[in-house]
This record gives sequence, C-alpha cells and structure tokens, in this order.
Amino acid sequence: MFVMCLAVPAEVKEVRGHIARVDFGGGLIGEVDVTLVEAKVGDYVLVHAGYAIQVLDKEEALETLKLWKELLEAEQEL
Amino acid sequence: MLEKFRDRELSLAVAEKIKRCMPERKVKFCHVCGTHEWTITHYGLRSLLPKNLEVIAGPGCPVCIVPSSEIDAAIELALEGVVITTFGDVINVPGSELSLRQARSMGGDVREVYSVRDAVEMAKKEPDKEFVFFAIGFETTAPSTAIEVLRSEAKNLRFLISHRLIPPAMELLLGLGELEIDGFIAPGHVSSIIGLKPYKIFPEAYRMPTVIAGFEPLDVLFSIYMLLRQVRNGEAKLENEYTRSVTWDGNVKAQKLISRVFDVVSGRWRGLGVIPKSTLSLKKEYEHLDARKFYKIKIGKSRDIYPGCCCHLIMVGKLKPTDCPLFMEDCTPQTPKGPCMVSIEGTCGIWARHGVRLYR
Repeated sequence: MFVMCLAVPAEVKEVRGHIARVDFGGGLIGEVDVTLVEAKVGDYVLVHAGYAIQVLDKEEALETLKLWKELLEAEQEL
Repeated sequence: MLEKFRDRELSLAVAEKIKRCMPERKVKFCHVCGTHEWTITHYGLRSLLPKNLEVIAGPGCPVCIVPSSEIDAAIELALEGVVITTFGDVINVPGSELSLRQARSMGGDVREVYSVRDAVEMAKKEPDKEFVFFAIGFETTAPSTAIEVLRSEAKNLRFLISHRLIPPAMELLLGLGELEIDGFIAPGHVSSIIGLKPYKIFPEAYRMPTVIAGFEPLDVLFSIYMLLRQVRNGEAKLENEYTRSVTWDGNVKAQKLISRVFDVVSGRWRGLGVIPKSTLSLKKEYEHLDARKFYKIKIGKSRDIYPGCCCHLIMVGKLKPTDCPLFMEDCTPQTPKGPCMVSIEGTCGIWARHGVRLYR
C-alpha cells in the first residue's frame, strides 16, 4: 500500500486492457488504470490517484531543457 | 531525466535572470496548486527570489476547500452504518463538529483509499454492506470518478460528489481585487486535463499574465521568469512552460467523460463562499448512484471556520500561515484547527512540515 495523492510520473512496463504495470522509480512498481490515455510500453505517464491522466512527451521534455539552456546563454550576452 | 529539472546550477542561473529582470516596484504572483506550494517550500525557492517579488498560494488544496456541510453529510452516513471511502487527508479534516476520523472512533466504518478503484473493489468484496465514495478533488480526479460511475461495477457503491473546478476559483481571486496579483502560475496537472484553452480568459478579459507550470523546481522558477518578462514588457499572454504534459486541447477523452457524467453547477467552497459554475454534480441519468439523492441528504447549518482560524484568508493569499496567531501554537499537524493545516497540500500543513516559522 502506498499513498500518493499528487500526480507523479511513472514508466509503463506492461499494458493489459485498461490496466498497466508501471515503475514509479525507487523500486516502486504499481498498477494503474490507463483508460484516459493511449499508453504504450516505454511511455512515461502522469499518474494521479491510480489513473494515468496524461502521457508525458519525452521529446518536449528534452526540448524544454534545451530551450532553457539556450535562453539563458542567449540572454547572457545581451 | 528528472534530475535535470532539479539542476542546481541552472536553478541559480534562472534566479539570477529573475533578479535582473525584476522591476523596482513590488510584484506578486499567485499559484493555485498545493503541489506548487510544496515545490516552492520544499526546495526553498522563495529564498532565491528578490525581496520585492512575492509568490502567494491561492485556493489550490482540494482537501481544504471541501465545505464542512459535505464532511458533515459523510459523517452522518458513516454513523448510520454506511461505509465511507475517501482519500487519506479528507478523513482528518474537521467538519462542523467532528472529523471522519472521530466518526470512525465512534464506530463508523471510514476507510482511506488511494484511488476510487479501491472503493469499487472493497464494495465488490463486501456486497452486504452499503458503500459511499466521497469524491473530492479538482479536474485531475474527476475523470477517474466519471470512469467508475460509468462502469458502475458495484451495485452497493454510491457517490458523494464534491468535485470542484479551478478556473472559476481563479476568477474569484481576481474579483477580490485587493490582492493586486501581477500574474498567475497555473496548475500543470489540472491543465493536463483541461488544456490551455480555459485560461484564455485571464490575459484576454483580465489582462493577467498566465503561465502553466510544471512541478519541478526549475519548472516553477522558469514560469516565474516567464511571468516577469511579461510584466517587464507590459504584456498579458497565456504561455505554457509545462509542454511535456500540457497541450492546447488537453486530455479530450477525460473532458468528454467529465461532461458525460457531470453537470457544472454553482457550489460552496470552504471559507470562500459560493462560486458560480465551479462544482460538479451527477447528471440526472446517474442519480441512482448519487448518495445525496439516495440517502436524501439534507444540508443543514454548518461551520466552516473555527474561532481564530485564518484558513479562509490564507486560502486566498491574503495572509501567510505565519500571520495566523494559531499557527504552530494551538494549530499543528498533530492538532489541526483548520483544513489548511490538515492536508499535505494545505499551505499551513506544508509550512509546518518544512519548519517554516518566520517569513517576511
């Protein structure tokens, strides 16, 4: 039994119908309902109260990090 | 990858940017999410900000804003022998007189669940008992309740719906006027469901800079920087910092489920009064699952605020927990007087658990 009311990211390991086994990291494996999303194995989903509410976009995550770095460097010169 | 969103060097660099971008006047940004308050307090982000830049917490704790009349209703059902299932923190929130935990010590069957699914499984295992799921939470939690209402797998499980919507509460804050907010840090998880679209009104009708933010320390720092740039340039735009989860349209499937199962009605928020079009209520075709109808729940007189408790002012950012005379005196996480101290998403509870005792 684990208590997590806030939304946390987890990696999808296996999908069976509307239930997926996910890895929350730190050795914590759990089952979540994926009815609300189209999740595949390897995707990162945002889990809130036992339900995946969104698939996290890995490309966008990398893009965000890249943009931040660029922005900081670019404006440094101004 | 997560560590990169918590990178110390980058965080300090953004803090430096914020300092350079900062005007001389006071600037105040408001977030409306318990998890944002947690990130800001946990990582000590306020200590990185200029003295004249304030980040205040709005009504973003889903547990705190449940009116005591609804907690009273759940307590009454529990004492009549109905099994009440709900999320952990709700059990400790005082209603008008009692909390659900106290009702449990008086013999009521009150159970904490992590997910509405747990309530369904429990009800299926114990078909002789009547179950109610006390459904609290914002747009993030409402879709899961909608799924289980539609599945309706346990005939002995009914729903006491207490879901609330965030954008109407943000509008209420602006209506208060006196807060003098310069920008909104909008909640990334609620927005993952509803998308960017519903926030359009803030820059367009209120000229309020609005940035949707994620929950890592760099997400929050960057969203503050994005807001500050708008303030500096005299702009009011809707921007998205949390692009890895939030899109313009949001989770359309979840939105469809919400509108299929619920009507949007006006409803009371604890300490804030009635907010128009801010509350979900089961549609007529699901009224056989509606605990209010089934048990003919009557909402009587209730007490939302205890004498001396400043929760209602803290929830709209008018006061800080450290301004409340009860904070860490009569009101502690072990002896909470108000909902803001009970919940791990409440501002008082977060400050208390992180040892914040003095704050300018």
